[in-house]
Amino acid sequence: MTELRVEHLAVRYGDLVGVADISLKVAAGQVVALLGSNGAGKTTTLNAVAGLVQPASGHVEWCGEPITGQPAYAIVRKGLTLSPEGWRLFASQTVEQNLRLGAMALADQSRKGAMFERVYGLFPRLAERRQQPAGTLSGGERQMLALGRALMCEPKLLMLDEPSLGLAPAVVGSLYEKLAELHRQGLTLLLAEQSIPLALAIADYAYVLQTGRVALEGPAQELARNEEVREIYLGVRTPQPAPGGSA
Amino acid sequence: MIAVQVIVGGLLLGAIYALFSSGLTLIWGMMNFINFAHGEFVMLGMYAALLVVVWLGGGPVTFGAAAAGALFALGAVIYLSLVRHVLRGPMLAQILSTFGLALLLRYAAFWWFSANYVSLPGNALSGTIAIGGIFIPVAQLVAGVAAIVLTLLLQLLLTRTLIGSALLAVAEDPGAAMLMGIRPDRIQALAWGLSAGSAGVAGALLATAYPWSPSVGETFGLIAFVVVAFGGFGSVLGSLYAGLIIGLIQAASAFWLGAIYKDVVVYALFVALLWLRPQGLMGKA
Ligand SMILES: Nc1ncnc2c1ncn2[C@@H]1O[C@H](COP(=O)(O)OP(=O)(O)O)[C@@H](O)[C@H]1O
Ligand SMILES: [Mg+2]
Repeated sequence: MTELRVEHLAVRYGDLVGVADISLKVAAGQVVALLGSNGAGKTTTLNAVAGLVQPASGHVEWCGEPITGQPAYAIVRKGLTLSPEGWRLFASQTVEQNLRLGAMALADQSRKGAMFERVYGLFPRLAERRQQPAGTLSGGERQMLALGRALMCEPKLLMLDEPSLGLAPAVVGSLYEKLAELHRQGLTLLLAEQSIPLALAIADYAYVLQTGRVALEGPAQELARNEEVREIYLGVRTPQPAPGGSA
Repeated sequence: MIAVQVIVGGLLLGAIYALFSSGLTLIWGMMNFINFAHGEFVMLGMYAALLVVVWLGGGPVTFGAAAAGALFALGAVIYLSLVRHVLRGPMLAQILSTFGLALLLRYAAFWWFSANYVSLPGNALSGTIAIGGIFIPVAQLVAGVAAIVLTLLLQLLLTRTLIGSALLAVAEDPGAAMLMGIRPDRIQALAWGLSAGSAGVAGALLATAYPWSPSVGETFGLIAFVVVAFGGFGSVLGSLYAGLIIGLIQAASAFWLGAIYKDVVVYALFVALLWLRPQGLMGKA
């Protein structure tokens, strides 16, 4: 069963092309990776699905319902949540206030307490820091808060835009452990990343974007094995045996 | 003793400055929109109080609430009908729109109420009380204290309630707020309602203690800009402190230098402040 279906999506920023032609599908229970180097169109695609930018053409369908061009505040209430690039936390407000805001789109408001318990259970660190302004958190804690805030509305599909951006490798590792845990609990994920190996390791299926188009797609394991693909589309160079002396 | 009298009088007037200025800080400091008609909202609050007293009677609570409610509605309507549309336009359109609105409201008041000074008839808050050798008009005391209480309530609304949190979220990042399911337009309308409502109730409080004419809007508008800048843009508590300080400076310069200098001193300090500390007195560097 396909939950999210994007067909021939195009977004323009004035005269500039954000994405030219993107089609993708995410089925319930899947982890789908959206890969590509800087400027490929990952953020634009996710923002258009979430309703932050309006598509110039194309269709977005969520659980059989067309949602193309609907505003973000309407889309999030349908169980489709985006944790945006750079997290965009409300820096002047406390951890708890950020989470409370995250719960505003929760369909059943009586479950708010349960959602707090779940998020604080997942990230005990946030519980310790609940009265601290988000702007004073460390990078790793901010990432936890961004993920926690997105989970507060109990989404069916969670879109994450480069959650590992700017994080120390150890922190990225524990982030991906949490994502894997959430996936096992039944959360569907659409994950935009430049850092390929981790994303491919967790994903079932992946799309590789290049200058606003889908350049390549396939099961994640196949893409992960294909060295040539990695070099050409993802800019990941396979380490060569170092020749003696400098090049 | 006379010095204490001057100080207390200045602080009580400054408390009302704080109340209407915290309304302006919501729009100018937080939502980043310059509203030149804010002083006119205060002026309309004064006439709203007058009309309620003349037509319906009732005490300060009645006409205070009526002025707050009427101006809240006016603020929300102005956002939805005017501001929302010019927000998409160039900066100049924003500036001209509320500048034009200020003129419109001021001259409508001249036309409707004439340029004569008026004061509230049959004031329930007449009389003077003596505390420790100084004499304070009851109306000024009640108005000043009520203004501080209302300013603190606004601060609590912003920092302790979910709706206040949503308002701050829209001010900080409207796109991210939308991702939380918040409709920025509704929150902005609420912010304009609260902003104009606080100006309206401040006007009603001023009306209990001071006579006025339609041109007071200009004076109070300028004072509100000075207070918001002193208070560090976008902080209600900053506006509270700055309002009290400005009231104090005004009263002191009126007393020791002469009444005609009180505004000049405030604006001179304002210019000096913008030069030395553009982020405001209470703002972070
Ligand atoms: N706000 C914007 N205004 C103009 N162009 C933009 C804007 N955001 C993105 N773009 C352009 O759209 C293209 C896709 O960018 P983006 O979606 O951010 O890619 P990615 O997230 O993969 O790095 C790029 O060419 C980028 O320069
Ligand atoms: Mg991006």
